[in-house]
Amino acid sequence: MKKELKLMKGNEAIGEAAIRAGADAYFGYPITPQSEILEYLMAEKPHERTGMVVLQAESEVAAINMVYGGAACGRKIITSSSSPGISLKQEGLSYIAGSELPCLVVNVVRGGPGLGTIQPSQSDYFQACKGGGHGDYRLIVLAPSSVQEMYDFVKLGFDLAFKYRNPAMILTDGALGQMMEKVWLEEQQPRMNEFPEWATTGKKPGKERTVVTSLDLDSAMQEKFNQKLQEKYRELEAKEVRYEAIDCDDAEYLLVAYGTSSRICQKSVQLAREKGIKLGLLRPITLYPFPKKEIGEMCGRLKGILSVEMSAGQMVEDVRLSVDGKVKVDHFGRMGGIIPSAEEIVNALEQKIIGG
Amino acid sequence: MSEEIIIAGFGGQGVLTMGEILANSGIMEDKEVSWMPSYGPEMRGGTANVNVIISDERISSPILNTFDTAIILNQQSMDKFEEAVKPGGMLIYDGNGITRHPERRDINIYRVDAAAEAAKMENKRVFNMIVLGGYLKVKPLVKMENVVKGLKESLPERHHAMLPINEEAIKRGLEIVQTVHEVEK
Amino acid sequence: MSQQTENNDIVKEENLVFKKTNVLLDKVMHYCPGCGHGTAHRLIAEVIEEMDIQSECIGITPVGCSVLMYNYLDIDMQEAAHGRAPALATAIKRLQPEKFVFTYQGDGDLAAIGTAETIHAANRGENFTIFFINNGIYGMTGGQMAPTTLPNMKSSTSPYGRDVKMMGNPLKMTELVAQLPGSYYVTRQAVHTPAAVRKAKKAIRKAIENQKLEKGLSLVEIVSNCNSGWKMTPLQSNKWMEENMFPFYELGDLKVDGGMAK
Repeated sequence: MKKELKLMKGNEAIGEAAIRAGADAYFGYPITPQSEILEYLMAEKPHERTGMVVLQAESEVAAINMVYGGAACGRKIITSSSSPGISLKQEGLSYIAGSELPCLVVNVVRGGPGLGTIQPSQSDYFQACKGGGHGDYRLIVLAPSSVQEMYDFVKLGFDLAFKYRNPAMILTDGALGQMMEKVWLEEQQPRMNEFPEWATTGKKPGKERTVVTSLDLDSAMQEKFNQKLQEKYRELEAKEVRYEAIDCDDAEYLLVAYGTSSRICQKSVQLAREKGIKLGLLRPITLYPFPKKEIGEMCGRLKGILSVEMSAGQMVEDVRLSVDGKVKVDHFGRMGGIIPSAEEIVNALEQKIIGG
Repeated sequence: MSEEIIIAGFGGQGVLTMGEILANSGIMEDKEVSWMPSYGPEMRGGTANVNVIISDERISSPILNTFDTAIILNQQSMDKFEEAVKPGGMLIYDGNGITRHPERRDINIYRVDAAAEAAKMENKRVFNMIVLGGYLKVKPLVKMENVVKGLKESLPERHHAMLPINEEAIKRGLEIVQTVHEVEK
Repeated sequence: MSQQTENNDIVKEENLVFKKTNVLLDKVMHYCPGCGHGTAHRLIAEVIEEMDIQSECIGITPVGCSVLMYNYLDIDMQEAAHGRAPALATAIKRLQPEKFVFTYQGDGDLAAIGTAETIHAANRGENFTIFFINNGIYGMTGGQMAPTTLPNMKSSTSPYGRDVKMMGNPLKMTELVAQLPGSYYVTRQAVHTPAAVRKAKKAIRKAIENQKLEKGLSLVEIVSNCNSGWKMTPLQSNKWMEENMFPFYELGDLKVDGGMAK
């Protein structure tokens, strides 16, 4: 049951959601534009509220490895960072995925490459959705587009991560992290007091010990393990796709956008419809698994699709794979921390898709 | 109803807090709200601005290029945002430090000399509340009781002793706001 | 097993003078004959058995020769990424403070790639135990120079000897850790003679028991040989260790009960 209504920053909502979802620990390292998550948690004294451990680590590398250690104990562990810090976490994420452990990672994306800018961006899509670290693995990637979803997806992310024993990521950006909207807060969920049997909680007398590792020097065994991972990803693709379709029923043209750009695109849909263009918006909520089938089915009645991202065009590759050449697909985006305006997007649609 | 506002001035003038109080007041009236600040190095001593939207309906883009209302608190912001007001919209500004006053004739222009009034009240920190009062006089978007509630929600508890003086400042703003130019209806 | 041994009537519980500890699994270790890792593993296992804490232990293995330690100890274990064991241990101990948590790390793992994790875990006063095996070389990858390789010592990446002007100096991590207010017990031991083994075992037990006191990090360095990497026989390597390693890495306590020993 939903209880409290509050005006909150996206970053603060993530901190509050972690406490209320019954998280056992947060490990992180400051970086703009997401430091409010750690600041909020420290100010809230979660060790008093729920007994949750909150620790500022010496680096993002240490933080993700604390997550790895805690996750292997069967606990609900969350970490957050922004792009350069998320790059540092990739090693740990690969180990966590390779050890089949659940955890939640928040990436409040800023512009790159390198130190880049602290302004919002969506240029980490490839890193989040196509692997990031070494080896054949995937993250479950959730893309909130409001402060409410920043809050809600913490619980959803934990649920999916534990259901599939796989790391989940909330892929958001500086704009959503810094903006305030109203949030309905759920009641406090208790922390777990029983732990899964794969957790290292001490060898029980008479039972097999638990070993958490991603190492298998036997290639045949390692291939078998990889096949098991792939089966898990196929199951995710079949069962866990989430998206929102806005004004799609009569649409002749479609925008595909997630997160902050999907908010701008909602305005673009209004502007285009005022001009008589039948435009819809498909907003993927899960970026992995991507709503491939849904876009594929829709494209038969469309004249063209514009993928709108704050990047040079990353998600557009998945949109193209989804339509498999059946309809024209192009990309429009701004980079370096610039958010496109609703008008720019309509212009790009007219030039690249309708007129092109 | 949908009101799209930009509040722009120097860091330290309480621009972001004013926006937060407006947003919280909106929540008290069951409105949808968004508060989107400019963030980054410019916050420290430089210009600060925030987009606030208060609406009856789901808010699409929280980031805007044109506004129903611009609340302008320094010359740089005047130069940057006067043109961003929608025709028929409103601009309200504090005259302190303004060397080039607004020139557009297709928008409604009001002036609230909050810096001078705050000096009279011997409390610089209530400057933003005087501005807020001026704005609410022209556009009574939210009920005064809800503004007071919003104020309470936005101020950290340790500052709650400051609530009466802030309320007083809002009232001063209501009294001192002047009409500079109004578009004929 | 032959008929003869089965019928041997001296094999009785009361006649036993030596037996494998129950905490060690019945597996052939992959370590080179003569290596100190096996002895160090055994001592840790014995201490766990003697303290009767098998069900309360969580160990973390490193990347290096001892990466497969989890195949030998019959306790819950986690395999860390290279150098990150103290980060894992930090989380595990904070989430399960009633458990006994230890890391087992080589010199490359602890003193090169994991320097930050080691120093910061110690400096925060994390309440777990580090076992640090220092053999001055990267054994698993084939004998490359380690942060602890001695001046002029040969390795596959310092084939003419470690030139400190070009390659930098060996790092005494144990001395560094002892300086930090968060460390409680820091000692340097060896396992190459029966006398050294007995002392090392006492140190290992103290380092684990300290966790009950919640006073901070305990670290036991074990200076060990790597006869394969050093390209010597086991006996030669032990002699070389005594003559070259011990003068540089002096054995003994550096910090006891939170106070500097020297």
